[in-house]
Amino acid sequence: MIFFRLKKEPLLLFILLLIFSSVAILKADDEAEEGEHHERGGKSEEVYKLNNRSSVVPVINQKFKSECTSCHMLYQPSLLPAKSWTKMMGNLKQHFGENAELDPAVQKEITNYLVKNSSNRFSSNQDVIRISETTYFKRKHDELSPSVFKRKGIGSAANCIACHSGAEKNDFSEENVRIPKETAGKIKK
Amino acid sequence: MRILKIIKFITTITFISLTLSQISEASEAILKELAKEARTADIKFVQFSASTGEKLFRTERIHSNGEKISCMTCHTADPKKEGLTRANKVIKPMAASINPNRFTDMEKVQKWFKRNCNDVQERICTPQEKGDFVKYMMSIK
Repeated sequence: MIFFRLKKEPLLLFILLLIFSSVAILKADDEAEEGEHHERGGKSEEVYKLNNRSSVVPVINQKFKSECTSCHMLYQPSLLPAKSWTKMMGNLKQHFGENAELDPAVQKEITNYLVKNSSNRFSSNQDVIRISETTYFKRKHDELSPSVFKRKGIGSAANCIACHSGAEKNDFSEENVRIPKETAGKIKK
Repeated sequence: MRILKIIKFITTITFISLTLSQISEASEAILKELAKEARTADIKFVQFSASTGEKLFRTERIHSNGEKISCMTCHTADPKKEGLTRANKVIKPMAASINPNRFTDMEKVQKWFKRNCNDVQERICTPQEKGDFVKYMMSIK
């Protein structure tokens, strides 16, 4: 216990506690502000480019982050067109074989966020909900044999971060791709 | 200086026990709420049982998709260990002794029972089952 090793008075404990709590409060404030910026910003297609060469990091909706990343990595809204997101969010009872039901208000907020920031690079009649089944994904990965995705360190094509470590920040750039070798150990978490 | 040491010790202990007691109070409150739910659902409700909860956690069944499934599929056979979702995300330990924040937020508890009971049992869980499960997770030392 670090507290026991402290040579100073108990007052120090209180000071430490004060510092910790103010840091926490400041952080919470920052997050709240981020949300506001997003609201004010509105739709900005330029930010959400698949091959993100710009230095702008997309603003992430906090509900989307907390609800959608407990089971899987953060998939950027720009990875699918609006139609796909609407379709997916309308059937959370069967979400890729699992139940991912949400409170209706939360579901609406997240759907709006996804639609607002969805990709505009797909032809409008596309409503594939599996990212790896989109024409764009297939074209970008056509040099890889299906067995690559089954490697221990990857698992499936849904695990973008196994090869694109910046995937959650929308960085899918070619130069940052590192494909785990066949013998790779643990699945990347 | 000795007196200062004693004060320091007492303050530390108070801090730790206050935090822990607040957390365990929160999980006790959840059990109470589940008991209320259980009584409403079944007037013959007596109490929750940790051993029945453990059975629920460990019993495997065949899902309609043909796969063998149980709580252990994602949470591992040891609730004190980290689990892994099917999409490679780490799940914090279920045992309250290891992860004191477990079962302290009723909304979260209900959300995950709804999802996971539907996934594993292909039905919702009864209030009795939920209480048994929580009691088991709180009883693990």
